[in-house]
Amino acid sequence: MYRSNVLVCGGTGCTSSHSLLIAEKLKEELKAKGLDKEVNVITTGCFGLCALGPIMVVYPEGSFYSMVKVEDVPEIVEEHLNKGRIVTRLLYQETVEEDTIKSLNKTAFYEKQKRVALRNCGVIDPEKIDDYIANDGYAALGKVLTEMTPEEVIQTMLDSGLRGRGGAGFPTGLKWKFARGNDADQKYVCCNADEGDPGAFMDRSVLEGDPHVVLEAMAIAGYAIGASQGYIYVRAEYPIAVKRLQIAIDQAHEYGLLGEDIFGTGFNFDIKIRLGAGAFVCGEETALMTSIEGKRGEPRPRPPFPAVKGLYQKPTTLNNVETYANIPQIILKGADWFASMGTEKSKGTKVFALGGKINHTGLVEVPMGTTLRTIIEEIGGGIPGGKKFKAAQTGGPSGGCIPAEHLDIEIDYDNLLAIGSMMGSGGLIVMDETDCMVDIAKFFLEFTVDESCGKCTPCRIGTKRLLEMLEKITKGQGTLEMIDEMEQLCYYIKANSLCGLGQTAPNPVLSTLRYFKDEYIAHVVDKKCPAGVCKDLLEYTIDREKCIGCGMCSRKCPVGAITVTDYVAPGKKKPAYEIDHSKCIKCGACFDTCKFKAIYKG
Amino acid sequence: MLKKISSLPFKGTPEQEAQLKEVIAKHKDDPGAVMPVLQEAQDIYGYLPLEVQTMIAEGLDVPIDEVYGVATFYSQFALSPKGEYNISVCLGTACYVKGSGNVLNKLSEELGIEAEECTEDGKFSLTACRCIGACGLAPVMTVNDDVYGRLTVDEIPGILKKYKGA
Repeated sequence: MYRSNVLVCGGTGCTSSHSLLIAEKLKEELKAKGLDKEVNVITTGCFGLCALGPIMVVYPEGSFYSMVKVEDVPEIVEEHLNKGRIVTRLLYQETVEEDTIKSLNKTAFYEKQKRVALRNCGVIDPEKIDDYIANDGYAALGKVLTEMTPEEVIQTMLDSGLRGRGGAGFPTGLKWKFARGNDADQKYVCCNADEGDPGAFMDRSVLEGDPHVVLEAMAIAGYAIGASQGYIYVRAEYPIAVKRLQIAIDQAHEYGLLGEDIFGTGFNFDIKIRLGAGAFVCGEETALMTSIEGKRGEPRPRPPFPAVKGLYQKPTTLNNVETYANIPQIILKGADWFASMGTEKSKGTKVFALGGKINHTGLVEVPMGTTLRTIIEEIGGGIPGGKKFKAAQTGGPSGGCIPAEHLDIEIDYDNLLAIGSMMGSGGLIVMDETDCMVDIAKFFLEFTVDESCGKCTPCRIGTKRLLEMLEKITKGQGTLEMIDEMEQLCYYIKANSLCGLGQTAPNPVLSTLRYFKDEYIAHVVDKKCPAGVCKDLLEYTIDREKCIGCGMCSRKCPVGAITVTDYVAPGKKKPAYEIDHSKCIKCGACFDTCKFKAIYKG
Repeated sequence: MLKKISSLPFKGTPEQEAQLKEVIAKHKDDPGAVMPVLQEAQDIYGYLPLEVQTMIAEGLDVPIDEVYGVATFYSQFALSPKGEYNISVCLGTACYVKGSGNVLNKLSEELGIEAEECTEDGKFSLTACRCIGACGLAPVMTVNDDVYGRLTVDEIPGILKKYKGA
């Protein structure tokens, strides 16, 4: 028994700022002070509050240290772990209230959250199967194999109302029912861990923080549909996740929880890892299976659906990481428990990766039906720098931008579709008044043009033409007719593309056109970028009444475009400067240099 | 995705070839072996020149066009060598809205190369990469295994200097 447990976050965000070195240093210091038998150091998965990383929590006190540096470790060991005096200056300041220290669960970031899929992240050591088992791990698999028929498992999934967390929201139970209904000598269970949406990292955090939950749920799926082999297709860009998955698979084998005759019931199930190689389209189910087969990851027409002909032409069921992370608890706590959370048609919780212009960047899990306002303003702590909210982007390159007027909408699959976005895998990027919506649409189109696999024409050529039009608009070469043409092309691409990538690729354009048409018009009619992002439409000008003639801007200008005039403003001692627009390269160096706010852009 | 194919001569060693043969032998009977073999081959050689692809095609007894097709399809497979220090700038959405585009431009300007290129002395290569999931640190870049987060454009010359001297 240890008297203290120190949890250090080992998720990708915190390891990038050296949390593993911090854990090493801790162990070293504790050993040097002879405390290593009294204080236990545990490397966990992601706590969610990535903006404050590296994160360290000391129990039993529950002291939440944030932005810890390696140099802070000796002080924490000596003061806190040796003498019992909490190092207040390193605590997350929101937990400090005059003389007392608040529980982490009472802070704005955690209070409104409900952790189901993330329940073990930041709690257990993901590299120890015993930690998982101590938290009810593999109990659901035991229950399924010894007390339930496959039909009962599927019925439980149907009753729970669980829908696919990868984005489209197809009912999981129905998927399993279809795969069960097709007879074959071999069936497969696949896990989609090819989290390709830029800005989304919830699946990675589950894999890093709680890998066994995915293995357990896949085995349950295997039992339900009658499969003995599983594949996890995971991005090679997630090395920590891959490593911990492999450790988890090996440990599960050792304990007889994977392999042959699991729990002595005669049920066999094994799992292999397949690495992706950086192709966004492989998040599409048929493309993912083609890629597991070792080929170019091009999608196949559906039907036949994977439940009929999937991997190696055999019936296959494919679910996303977060979907799997919910399953063992649905089995243990019952379908009614799960269905009691959320909205009428979207049950349970959803994990969002909160990023962009937001104070608390990180992972949040909330019941379906929570409003966007709650997520952004309360949990996310609002927008930094007192800037004004402009839009929230959900669904990545397949989704859309949600404007301020819809901040109070209850988030679920159907409501998001109704306002022209989609749930997607859960990336939620917040944008403020300094983001140009035409530029954002262009950014996503650049992404889809790059990632279009090229198999079908509407997507390959259509997205390229869309991008060309957006480029013209951001350069001030657009026309009003072009905006109409663009909209028509969007609907054409949506209606005619082969797979989900092409069918949703125009969404960023359509949703920005729907809510921010005034910005498009400003670009084509006034030739201005209201947010000041599109360089070709930008002009820097010196306000000669405000200029004090210090000449700093002129010295900073890399192309000598700023020269002195003979005008001296009233009350100023030296003549003002001016910018020669024919020479200006719009680098913004003068704007950043001027302390007197005499230079404006627009 | 457009791939830059290297025109530099192939400099594989017999040791590397022996390693590759081992990898091929290990996967030969697996269904769908091409991708895992290409991944391990890239770990051995650092990139996938045509010579290596040919050895894989012959070793696994699949047509070279299939190997080439797979190697050019996925963005992780590199057909040109990387520099001693490979700099990856994350262009995920969270990083992009926080100015990673400017970071990439600054690097490009400082190094005199475009994204997906390598400096003439072989010291630096520059890549624009997809979201690495460290969105809490946006904007982010990596130099080999070192991660730099919450970057500003002004920090770039200083960071490069550390590696130039090394």
